[in-house]
Amino acid sequence: MKKKHPEIYQEVQMNNPIENLNKTFDSRVRLGIMSILMVNDTINFNDLKQLINVTDGNLASHIKSLEESGYIKVNKGFVGRKTNTTYAVTKTGTKAFQQHLSALEKMIKAIK
Amino acid sequence: MNAENEPLLELQHIKKMMERSTKFSSLSGLSSIAAGICGLAGIWFVVKAIAGWKQNHIGNINAPRDELATQLLFIAVATFIAALISSFIFIYLRCKKLSIPVLGMSARRVIINIAIPLFAGSLFIFRLRTSGAYILIPPACLIFYGLALVNASKYTLNEVRYLGFTEIIIGVINLWILGYGLIFWGIGFGLTHIIYGIIIWYRYEKKASGNLPGSTNE
Repeated sequence: MKKKHPEIYQEVQMNNPIENLNKTFDSRVRLGIMSILMVNDTINFNDLKQLINVTDGNLASHIKSLEESGYIKVNKGFVGRKTNTTYAVTKTGTKAFQQHLSALEKMIKAIK
Repeated sequence: MNAENEPLLELQHIKKMMERSTKFSSLSGLSSIAAGICGLAGIWFVVKAIAGWKQNHIGNINAPRDELATQLLFIAVATFIAALISSFIFIYLRCKKLSIPVLGMSARRVIINIAIPLFAGSLFIFRLRTSGAYILIPPACLIFYGLALVNASKYTLNEVRYLGFTEIIIGVINLWILGYGLIFWGIGFGLTHIIYGIIIWYRYEKKASGNLPGSTNE
């Protein structure tokens, strides 16, 4: 990476793209869940767990907070007798994720 | 940690998660090579069986074909099972090494997308057989197998797409050079698998680190 240029850095602070960064996506786990849901229509708990590589409890709490923000929706179903809970992204979630991406893009451009 | 690096690292993480969840990248070149060798071995047994049968029935036009047909069917099934098991072993080992679930979501997608054209193809080939169009069976096998690979390649390594194209081309050529099915099978199921296996192995497995595509620059 290039050395910091103080003057550019100040400008970055002024336009502050960081403002547009979504606090919800601070966590790598939540960012991971959202990234996966952007490219998969639905996904179940176990597949999500294997992909992100976290414990059940940890994943469940992150899912809950995303659900509370209205970014993902939960669908409880059955496969035979076993419960099969699947997750999908909501419109709000898609929008929030896209804004987060463009904020990241702006930050990278500003650094250049 | 450098603050300037943060957005870049974050984007890399997003990219990695998207790829991991949509592509089955832990194919092993060795499994393709193993399948190719099984194919060639199967063809060798078939050639031997046919030669043996001809020798037993020299000059006899009405020689019983049933006995040979059963033998060939047995060889075909054995070859298929051997290829399936040996390639599964190498994929299993590779998944273990990369700590990726063997039958995860992406693997299931690959299997389903391979199975659809193969299922339609096997019905088609079954009807070719029952309607006596034996000569069209070898090219049909190659073409449907190629279509299955192209169809499933969206969910796995890009090389599989070109392997599929190669199989289709070999099958189509076979359509106009009918009667040399075994040779085309040898090229399509044997040699092509071995060549692509070597390419895949060289690209992804040769380095001891075992890089996954897309996660090289972390």
